[in-house]
Amino acid sequence: MSLARRIIPCLDTDGDRVVKGVNFVGLRDAGDPVALAARYNAEGADELVVLDIAASRDRRPTFLETIRRVAAELAIPLTAGGGIRTLEDGRAVVRAGADKVAVNTAAVERPELISELSREFGAQAVVLAIDAKRAGDHWNVMVRGGRESASRDAIEWAQMGVAAGAGEILLTSVDRDGTQSGFDVTLTAAVSGAVTVPVIASGGAKSPAHFVEIFREGAADAALAASIFHDEVQSIRALKEFLASSRVEVRLPC
Amino acid sequence: MKITILDYGAGNVPSVERALQRLGVESHRTSMPECISKAEALLLPGVGHYAALVRAIDENHLRAPLIDAIRRGVPFLGICLGLQVLFRSSEEASELRGLNLLPGVVSALPHNVKLPHMGWNQVEKKRESSLLSGIDPGAYFYFAHSYAALDSRDSTATCSHGAEFAAVIEQRNIFAVQFHPEKSGDSGARVLHNFLRLAA
Repeated sequence: MSLARRIIPCLDTDGDRVVKGVNFVGLRDAGDPVALAARYNAEGADELVVLDIAASRDRRPTFLETIRRVAAELAIPLTAGGGIRTLEDGRAVVRAGADKVAVNTAAVERPELISELSREFGAQAVVLAIDAKRAGDHWNVMVRGGRESASRDAIEWAQMGVAAGAGEILLTSVDRDGTQSGFDVTLTAAVSGAVTVPVIASGGAKSPAHFVEIFREGAADAALAASIFHDEVQSIRALKEFLASSRVEVRLPC
Repeated sequence: MKITILDYGAGNVPSVERALQRLGVESHRTSMPECISKAEALLLPGVGHYAALVRAIDENHLRAPLIDAIRRGVPFLGICLGLQVLFRSSEEASELRGLNLLPGVVSALPHNVKLPHMGWNQVEKKRESSLLSGIDPGAYFYFAHSYAALDSRDSTATCSHGAEFAAVIEQRNIFAVQFHPEKSGDSGARVLHNFLRLAA
């Protein structure tokens, strides 16, 4: 008996639609967030993440409405992020029904945002999303949807974020995102070993073997994917059965 | 029967309401002492910092009516922090007093494991449990916390993350769970259903 490894589908939304890009660009429509949320909830997803990828460019109140509608479908935890710049932004998504708030670019620019959210909602409700891109022998933190380098070491930033009050790290490999060539095991293992909080690995998932690998070799506590679930390349139920048969502890849906 | 949800601004109040709604039960949220005194059944959700809950209880003058209602036998369900506040105190804010309705204190989970204890875990039944009635012994529940009741005599089921702690507490009309039933899929819904049946 121990903590199960989590499978987390992610809805990248633009307004009231789910979109998906390759390496953070080239967006295409991938469906209705409410219908997808209901499907994942029923299929045995352990949590759901909704990220407003358009929010860093333009504030969209429709996102809050999307959170409300998605939350109504769920009997599992919901994380919301994208364009969270202030404590008030965090309050708005929590009020709309999110259990956790994910912060990214704004936290890099103003790390106190993490402490402010953590004091108000508790560390368990603050997810520090880090987009990391390999640069020689280390990884750089990328901001603004993975487009700009923050000239900051990803592992150091993860540790700083935890010290500031983040209760979880959502670690996306910018190099792998959208490529379906597998999670970045080296990056995830390095971050997971450097922090005391759970780490969610993201970017590059395609096959069930990729998930086994990120849990076994990458020391991930949870794994996140989007398009393979949206496109029904991989069902969550079949994935969890594969993980269980590979002796990775998961919560199997009834 | 109507469930009175003690609302101190905790993030999980809406999801608790939705979970009760799905079970076809009427609930209303309140932070008024007189509503607590009149409640048929009380639910205290909680997430975040222990100090925020205790301060909210005291600032809204809810401590006396809450203790009084529970002592009178009004069915009570505490969730997460709502479990922790039943004890004398918590290491998370040791200067503050809990409700002191159960013997014991709340302590930090050991640091040799990843904290918060976040995600889906199983519980081990220690005694006959009405809250877990009809639930598969291998069922998973969603936890999100760094503090826990490590020495409770009243736990009917425990969970382990670095140390064994009280996952389910049942003591006369006092029911409490460290996990979030409102976020724990079908098994969580069954726990809430069981509480409603016990409270009716």
